[in-house]
Amino acid sequence: MEKEKHHIVPYKVYIYILVALIALTFGSIGIVHLNLGGYSVLGALVFSTVKSIIVLAIFMHLKFDQPFLRIMVGFVALVFSAVIFITFLDYYFR
Amino acid sequence: MQTATHIPHDVNYLDYKGKYKGIFAWIFSTDHKRIALLYMYSMLVMFVFGVVLGLAMKLELIAPGRTIMGPQTYNSVFTVHGVIMIFMIVIPGLPAVFGNFMLPIMIGAKDVAFPKVNLLSWYFYVAGAFLVIASVLFGNGTPDTGWTFYAPYSFKTGTNLLPAIFGAFILGFSSILTGLNFIVTIHRMRAPGMTWFKMPLFPWSLYGTAWIQLLATPVVGITLVLVALERIFGIGVFDPALGGDPVLYQHLFWIYSHPAVYVMILPAMGAISEIIPTFSQKHIFGYKAIIASTLGIAFVGYFVWGHHMFTSGMSGTAQYTFSVLTFLVAIPSAIKVFNWISTMHKGSINPDIPFLWAVTFIFVFMIGGFSGLVLGALATNVYVHDTAFVVAHFHFIVFGGVGFAFFGAIHYWFPKMFGRMYDKAWAKMGWAFFTVGFLTLYSPMFYLGMMGMPRRYYDYLPEFHAANILSSLGSWVMTFGLLIIVINLFRSAKIGAVAEINPWNGKTLEWTVPSPPPVENFDEIPVYGEKDGPYEY
Repeated sequence: MEKEKHHIVPYKVYIYILVALIALTFGSIGIVHLNLGGYSVLGALVFSTVKSIIVLAIFMHLKFDQPFLRIMVGFVALVFSAVIFITFLDYYFR
Repeated sequence: MQTATHIPHDVNYLDYKGKYKGIFAWIFSTDHKRIALLYMYSMLVMFVFGVVLGLAMKLELIAPGRTIMGPQTYNSVFTVHGVIMIFMIVIPGLPAVFGNFMLPIMIGAKDVAFPKVNLLSWYFYVAGAFLVIASVLFGNGTPDTGWTFYAPYSFKTGTNLLPAIFGAFILGFSSILTGLNFIVTIHRMRAPGMTWFKMPLFPWSLYGTAWIQLLATPVVGITLVLVALERIFGIGVFDPALGGDPVLYQHLFWIYSHPAVYVMILPAMGAISEIIPTFSQKHIFGYKAIIASTLGIAFVGYFVWGHHMFTSGMSGTAQYTFSVLTFLVAIPSAIKVFNWISTMHKGSINPDIPFLWAVTFIFVFMIGGFSGLVLGALATNVYVHDTAFVVAHFHFIVFGGVGFAFFGAIHYWFPKMFGRMYDKAWAKMGWAFFTVGFLTLYSPMFYLGMMGMPRRYYDYLPEFHAANILSSLGSWVMTFGLLIIVINLFRSAKIGAVAEINPWNGKTLEWTVPSPPPVENFDEIPVYGEKDGPYEY
């Protein structure tokens, strides 16, 4: 416990992230209006994934934490991606 | 940091007089052992409801036509039976009772990582249970959708479904918090020197289970919220009339509910992995293979949910994929069975009560597993889908697996939990009646399903009569066995002979502490040396 370093993120970074999250939210809504068919779901998922990564890395401090925790979260993301992929084996081939 | 109050080591958790008295000493206690018993007694109450409903169903099916209830009541009875048994008994079953009680002791800790969160989990459990009961007692009729709450019927039915859905949602929080607590406890609170591969198999099974609880449960939580929103606001996610997809509901529901089967069965397998070597007086065969198979089941178990949906209109590609993945999950399950049998091979077997439950577990689990192959194969699934065959299969897995392992575990750890030994002659009689009743109750359903009797109907064709009579008789024999078991354990907890610290010659840490264990488990935290192992402390 005593070995852990406390990384302090400047307020400026939080403001950048807030702006980025708002912009990405508009992006995920906007992509629906481009009539990309099935790819609009993929686009929305990409926007959501980028937003999740930003929140996990900065707000939840994963970027500054032990690599072991990053591996654990990465593994969970892998499971989640696999679940989404398998679900779409139904929707794309139905 | 709070100042720790020193509790004398000779005061056991049952006799400890803390800040509160009477029932408050229990419902405000953050001691993992008391919380385990709170879960156990709460589950017993709900189990009685579930069993009575099950008996009522079997009585209805003792003859064709209306016997004791009509179709609407029958629909409600199997719904509430399913909700109670799945969400309140088999999912929390072993983790909440034996996980809570034994995990900290087996890894050399004084409690779980977050004792207050642990108590909060139990409060969530009770709140969820009350809501489900409320759905029966109040409103426009008892829910009738089945425990799966399938769309679109779940937002079309006029029955009182919302409290039941909200109850299941709250019960999910209990499960998530327990899983989180166990993961942190295992990562951070193992005894000094107890490396991962020096941890006994029951904590390993709880670790695999906890990850499923943590990752899969939120999915069903959100899904149930969507059903509630569909009912209240008609948002159109699952409603085909509004452009929604009811099959999406099935995907989301089973993304949780199939891994939930492993939440039920992994701790059961963990308990069996402790009992078999103890009563074979041998080391477990293939310790690391069992760990790998536990994690393998937990991992592959996430990706097989679609085998519940083979007749839903899912794409062919998805069907083949789910069928292949389902067959894959049989491999780690079989590894465990081979390891248990290899452990018994040339062992000096002591066929005491926990061992009898453990070997019967293997027997019924194998029947359940093999019948699962019939359901996992696309070609045969189509014929037996939604028949009594499915009911037989999952009762062999879920009730056969979890039930037999639970009774094995309670008879194994009872002397440690209560410091007293049960009457072995009565315990053996309870096991015999329960086993014979179980097999008589559920085996005929395989035949009935193969012959084409659909499930979830209060009536059937005359040619199914004989097998249904046999099945109903089995339910009475099994319930008689249950009564013997419960009465014997309750009586023995009060007036049973005082138990030794280690009556079974067990090799794990819980057998080194007094019976019942002291409040803080250990006077001094054990330290594992180089030569110590999971079963060699």
